Amino acid sequence: MVQKQFKVTAETGIHARPATMLVQAASKFDSEIHLEYKEKKVNLKSIMGVMSLGVGQGADITIIAEGNDEQDALNSLEETLKKEGLAE
Amino acid sequence: MSFLNGIAASSGIAIAKAYRLVEPDLSFGKKTVEDAAQEVERFQAALTASKGELEVIRDNAHKELGADKAAIFDAHLLVLSDPELISPIEDKIKTDKVNAESALKETADMFITMFEQMDNEYMKERAADIRDVTKRVLSHLLGVQIANPSMIAEEVIIIAEDLTPSDTAQLNRQFVKGFTTDIGGRTSHSAIMARSMEIPAVVGTKESTKQIKNGDLVIVDGLKGLVHINPTPEAVAEYEEEHRKFEEQKAEWAKLVNEKSVSADGHHVELAANIGTPKDLKGVIENGGEGIGLYRTEFLYMGRDQLPTEEEQFESYKAVLEGMEGKPVVVRTLDIGGDKELPYLNLPKEMNPFLGFRAIRLCLEEQNIFRTQLRALLRASSYGNLKIMFPMIATLDEFRQGKAILEEEKQKLVSEGIKVADHIEIGIMVEIPSTAVMAEQFAKEVDFFSVGTNDLIQYTMAADRMNERVSYLYQPYNPAILRLVKMVIDAAHKEGKWAGMCGEMAGDETAIPLLLGLGLDEFSMSATSILKARSQISHLNKKDMEALAEKALLMNTAKEVVQAVKEATKLSSN
Repeated sequence: MVQKQFKVTAETGIHARPATMLVQAASKFDSEIHLEYKEKKVNLKSIMGVMSLGVGQGADITIIAEGNDEQDALNSLEETLKKEGLAE
Repeated sequence: MSFLNGIAASSGIAIAKAYRLVEPDLSFGKKTVEDAAQEVERFQAALTASKGELEVIRDNAHKELGADKAAIFDAHLLVLSDPELISPIEDKIKTDKVNAESALKETADMFITMFEQMDNEYMKERAADIRDVTKRVLSHLLGVQIANPSMIAEEVIIIAEDLTPSDTAQLNRQFVKGFTTDIGGRTSHSAIMARSMEIPAVVGTKESTKQIKNGDLVIVDGLKGLVHINPTPEAVAEYEEEHRKFEEQKAEWAKLVNEKSVSADGHHVELAANIGTPKDLKGVIENGGEGIGLYRTEFLYMGRDQLPTEEEQFESYKAVLEGMEGKPVVVRTLDIGGDKELPYLNLPKEMNPFLGFRAIRLCLEEQNIFRTQLRALLRASSYGNLKIMFPMIATLDEFRQGKAILEEEKQKLVSEGIKVADHIEIGIMVEIPSTAVMAEQFAKEVDFFSVGTNDLIQYTMAADRMNERVSYLYQPYNPAILRLVKMVIDAAHKEGKWAGMCGEMAGDETAIPLLLGLGLDEFSMSATSILKARSQISHLNKKDMEALAEKALLMNTAKEVVQAVKEATKLSSN
């Protein structure tokens, strides 16, 4: 299992478009991937799960991946977050 | 073959296959299934079909509307692949042995309720997305076709109960040749849209959606207000001939595009256009508009989830002012309320919205909204010939307040070193009878009047224009209305000001002779009516029309007035 913490910098938080991109990125991997925010943990491959968290600007989030491609998955998600200016 | 009678809302003739834009029947019963594995397969097939459809819609939207609008369909696609939604549905089918329809509905409803209960407006709206997607999958399970207006790829006539602004935004102008609706009148949104899209329309047929099936051949006669269903080949041939004649007539009018609007005896009036967005400018220029008599700014505020910024508004106003190259542009400040709602303002529902908190009443109360718009307008003023108009003015006090706020914003901008035009005319819409009656007093303070006949008629006759059963009271030619219009025009002229009209009446061929006779200075109408009106006015003698108008004011009924206009115009056009 690998995990990493991020701080959300996007003004809109993780809504609509950013959520779509994250879920699309996560769905490419076999590993189980979760997003944790305020002690709530949701499946990062579930658009409804991610949106239901209501992650806003300044939130501390953790991405947890577990499976045969866990490191690749985490790296790829980190890249998406940074490239889209969502979190650091 | 059969036909329906309705209201001719937009002129022209269209012949094409019917495309029904109606809510489908997605009702079903809860059932137990024998073979759960097979039921899961049926569910998966419906998912696959729905995804295929959404991909096409997304790609179309991407091409036609841009990446921003297409993004919503990406989100819809993800919902259909969402393990948290799909697995519970499949589990339910397997363990409860229920049909896919009820498993889908029950699971989706749970998520819909969850999103609806969140305290964030944005999250609440996500419930609508899930509902939308569920409907699509359900339609595939039930084998019912749902309408996908953005996927239309052949020439069609749209059949609908009514068309909302968001429906019409999705229609592809290339393929939609005309439309017909069950409800609505000449001034309903669907009718106004049809005229700005320049496609024939017949509204208020009461029965279109009942009688017309998908794929029926339909003729929309937007000249007489008739809809023919599955016409005979002879009727089609006749209409093709009529269509050709109409196009010829239009070509004849088109020659007047660069001419001035002058009566047979040399009196000049201004023929201007009503627009809703900068996109409508093209039609105004192609139809020889001498100005914009009404720029309805509320479209800037509609179909979104927050107020437009000052910058967004500035860009739109500037585009219109520059596009008109110095010709007058009358911009009406925000006229929201009544039949035009803005969900994000969270205004309470009212018993009588047309008599309620709307237009200038709202702007004087919610001043931040008003001030933002005025700043955007003032900043744009140096790019053309801007005139500002306040809607729904009932008292002089409202006008004074509005004007004072405008002056304040102007001073602020000037002190910030931003260029603002020297003299901007400030006028009012006359749509409330009290204002028409007090026109003489108003005329001393305003720079111009523009009569908004749609509302003036409904307020004078106390007849809701959205109510079919009292539509007989919508009487533009009633001497009561003509007298009010006369009061406004005379009051303006006494003070050396001008009077215009921006309701439907200004482009109406029966009203034009009367209005010319009453001395109206500016006629603002749908761009597509301008050339026809110019041609009509060129055949009229103003002196004769003055005599006609004088007689009309003394008549007893609207019917008598219409008869008199018919007789008089026959005489003067010969």
